[in-house]
Amino acid sequence: MKIVLNNREKEITEKNELNVIELFEIMRFTFPNIVVKINGELVKKQDYKTSLIKNGDKVDAIHMISGG
Amino acid sequence: MNFLSEKLKKYCIGIAGVGGLGSNCAVSLARIGIGKIVIADYDIVSKSDLNRQYYFLDQIKEKKVLALKENISKINPDVEIYAYDLKLNSDEIIKIFKDCDVIVEAVDLAETKQMIIETVLSQMPDKYIVSGLGIAGYGKNIEIKTRKIDKLYICGDEKTEISEINPPLAPKVGIVANMQANQVIEIVLDILKK
Repeated sequence: MKIVLNNREKEITEKNELNVIELFEIMRFTFPNIVVKINGELVKKQDYKTSLIKNGDKVDAIHMISGG
Repeated sequence: MNFLSEKLKKYCIGIAGVGGLGSNCAVSLARIGIGKIVIADYDIVSKSDLNRQYYFLDQIKEKKVLALKENISKINPDVEIYAYDLKLNSDEIIKIFKDCDVIVEAVDLAETKQMIIETVLSQMPDKYIVSGLGIAGYGKNIEIKTRKIDKLYICGDEKTEISEINPPLAPKVGIVANMQANQVIEIVLDILKK
């Protein structure tokens, strides 16, 4: 399936549908704090497992980097 | 009083955290005559802050929000400053930034940044939020940018973490702080247009 992740097209061959945790594993996102939006909707940490990403979805995974 | 400052007077900007990003962003907005600024932070001024934050030697150990209020009043006394000396949580964010047109996320810790962004996106859906992410180190001007995701704007390089070789320094922190201020102005003048 194809998704748009952080404004870039990304082909995912592993699965046809995946949750946020699986996406992080495939992308090797290991940051402890990431703000996730799927098609503009905020997905909180407790919903990572149940929120599904499908073909054509737009996903933003904003890495929270300390420093301010 | 010029044409733009007459318009800017109508807006209220919330700033969460007044360290390197927040203090410089607040001063920048104050200089051009934004109407009101709501600032929140629980920290005190330390000597090590002076390599990038808008404070002075004689303000060490003072509460940052009070020191910043004083500094802004010396630059532009027409700006109304509401200073909250507190550690932000979800309820406080909703309460103190209720009347703000744009919220600037300028805190230090990743988990606090996430809490603020998620609170604003989920519980204050009409607000615009401008976040600073990736401000450490020096050089690499070309990597400092702004990204827009609906009403969330992200300023910074989105990758550099603070470390021994990448401390937070005045030039880059100041650039990102002013990018945030610049973005705030674009949002209020070109999108909100009161």
